[in-house]
Amino acid sequence: MNVLVILIPVSLILGGMGIAAFLWTVRHNQYEDIEGDAARILFDDDEPNP
Amino acid sequence: MSVMSCPGCAGAPLAEETARSFPASSAGDTVSLSLPGIHCAACVSGVERGLSRLPDVLDARVNLSLKRVSVQTRGDADEDSLINALLELGFEALPLDSDTLRAGEGDAAGRALLLRLAVAGFAMMNVMILSVAVWAGAADATRQLFHWISAIIALPAVAFAARPFFASALSVLRVGRVNMEVPISLAILLASGLSLYETMAGGEDAYFDAALSLTFFLLIGRYLDHRTRAAARSAAQELAALEVPSATCLRGGEPVRVKAADIVVGDLVQVPAGGRLPVDGVIDAGRSQLDRSLLTGESLPVAAQVGHEVVSGEVNLSNPLIVRATAVGQDTTLRRMAEMVAVAESGRSHYTPLADRAARLYAPLVHGVAAFAFIGWFIVTGDVRYSLNIAIATLIITCPCALGLAVPAVTTAASGSLFRKGLLIKSATALERLAEVDAVVFDKTGTLTDGTPILEDLQNLSAEDRAVVLALSQSSAHPISRLLAAALEGMQVTPTSLDDIHEIAGRGVEGLDGLERVRLGKSQTAVGGTVFQRGDAAEQVLRIDESLRPGAQDLVASIQSQGLHVELLSGDTEFAAAKLGARLGLERSKGDMLPADKIDHLATLQSQGKRVLMVGDGLNDMGAMAQAFVSISPASGVDATRATSDIVLLGRSLAPVQDALKVSRSARARIRENFGIAICYNAVAVPLAVLGFASPLMAALAMSSSSILVILNALRVRA
Repeated sequence: MNVLVILIPVSLILGGMGIAAFLWTVRHNQYEDIEGDAARILFDDDEPNP
Repeated sequence: MSVMSCPGCAGAPLAEETARSFPASSAGDTVSLSLPGIHCAACVSGVERGLSRLPDVLDARVNLSLKRVSVQTRGDADEDSLINALLELGFEALPLDSDTLRAGEGDAAGRALLLRLAVAGFAMMNVMILSVAVWAGAADATRQLFHWISAIIALPAVAFAARPFFASALSVLRVGRVNMEVPISLAILLASGLSLYETMAGGEDAYFDAALSLTFFLLIGRYLDHRTRAAARSAAQELAALEVPSATCLRGGEPVRVKAADIVVGDLVQVPAGGRLPVDGVIDAGRSQLDRSLLTGESLPVAAQVGHEVVSGEVNLSNPLIVRATAVGQDTTLRRMAEMVAVAESGRSHYTPLADRAARLYAPLVHGVAAFAFIGWFIVTGDVRYSLNIAIATLIITCPCALGLAVPAVTTAASGSLFRKGLLIKSATALERLAEVDAVVFDKTGTLTDGTPILEDLQNLSAEDRAVVLALSQSSAHPISRLLAAALEGMQVTPTSLDDIHEIAGRGVEGLDGLERVRLGKSQTAVGGTVFQRGDAAEQVLRIDESLRPGAQDLVASIQSQGLHVELLSGDTEFAAAKLGARLGLERSKGDMLPADKIDHLATLQSQGKRVLMVGDGLNDMGAMAQAFVSISPASGVDATRATSDIVLLGRSLAPVQDALKVSRSARARIRENFGIAICYNAVAVPLAVLGFASPLMAALAMSSSSILVILNALRVRA
């Protein structure tokens, strides 16, 4: 049962990383213009912005 | 090469290399413009690149979902130059009042729900892992440890994630009512509280997973609900944003740029061609044509000259005008309409959704049974902790989950099926209300008809006359001439060359075909309408009629066959309304209706006990739509009208309205079945719980199986 000492923190950390990534996307307005983002992928210009 | 193309982008040049500068920290103003015409990737990049190339623009970002662009300027670029730049690129742009919009900007509520959903999901998964171990037989110290870890995860998570339910429950309890959130909140709170107590006391059973999964599933329902309504911004707010934020006034002979709020009665306001009138007033100089669709809903322009009264919100089409302001600020017609809509909207919010009606029955019943279990067990055993345990297990197992999902699951399934048919459901209770409708009221122009006139009589002209009519109509900018010219060009007619073509104001266009005088314009006789006349021969009438929207005829017939009361209310003339009514076989049609008349008429119908569905598209229908029991508007309608309506019709055809009526009735049946399922479920689960056989595993099973049943039943919604 000692393996729990490792496994429980590991599962919590993995879950925590997931939620942190999700919070980041929300904070950075990634769900504000879903339609527009779907369109932007079709832009012809692949060169990065200066 | 560009792969996507759309009519709106035909004029959008493929921009070459542009140097884009990103907003500096000291950015100037942010200007918001509405772009009604954009709808694809090429539009987005065309607008953004075009604007970024302007010297004063720091950054431009298009939001395609809202059809808006927000532009960061260096401070000295004004809206007009941006709008003109966009017009040159081929995009129609309208100024929006950023301050008015900002009030409702950024879907804060949706974001908060998403955060809570994520937290609840994360916590639920972790606690569930631990719970499975406990169910599988972990005992003593291991079980204690798992319960404590669960408590540490679950309690803060519940406190954060379930707050919308607590807040909603609290707010209705304060006014002495109950809704579905009351039993939900109670179950969540008691489940967490009991579990914490049991954990501290070293007990066997903890319901942390139940509290969290309840929160998680119900938050999903909430979020889905919120998303379907996210498009529904407050109608009054959109209307206010339509107002022109600034205008040019002549003060002491000098043009001065002033804020719309600072115009005073008596000011001379310059209205450029294409501009929207900022105030009510009388024309002081100039002669032009106005788009008065705001008041009448009619798309054909009206001539305006010195002395005519004009109204805020109308659009000046052809020539600049100078208007002497007679009503400004809060007194303008546009503002009064916004108020009318706000009043009508607030009157409608009295509808009690099915879910809340069910909660009114359910909450006292369940709470009564739990109290009864507690008292019964206390009398039998005399053990407070044991009795309380059973009472709370009863509350948890009675599954507010199934009840909480009964309505959102059906609405989401029905909205999805209607979306595929081209209908957007915006209001959560729209389907429930639609199912109860027993009267339908239609607007005319733009709703039953397409708004684009068709020409019936051109076929009757001789080929020679057609060529002459085309030559005459091409020489005039009058809207009817343009229509004629477009129709004739479509018929592959080549214009005759005429001599001495000249326009006679108020009469039409004249010219010489050889030696014969030919005229296109107003009839000289009592008939009225547009005529073509060759020499002194008889006038040939060119009737202009409206084409029906596809599906209109079928829709009206099907609604009538269902025995519903149908009416036509139009801002157009009584004659035009009656004519269309006769064409569709409608018995009741009324013309000359001002926005306020429409509202009054609907109020009268409703006082007779009718539940009215209003289908309309113009700003003049907005008040009536807010007044109606439920409303539908086509996507071609004005933004503000779409915002007021409960359901938006995406395509051109009206046929989906029939589907909406059918689906709504089917949805209502499914919702009732779902309540039935929840009741049957409780009929089995409650006795077990009251008798003391409930366990956390049973609660988890009950919750998931009943939820799945309810969702499966919801998927049976069919048109």
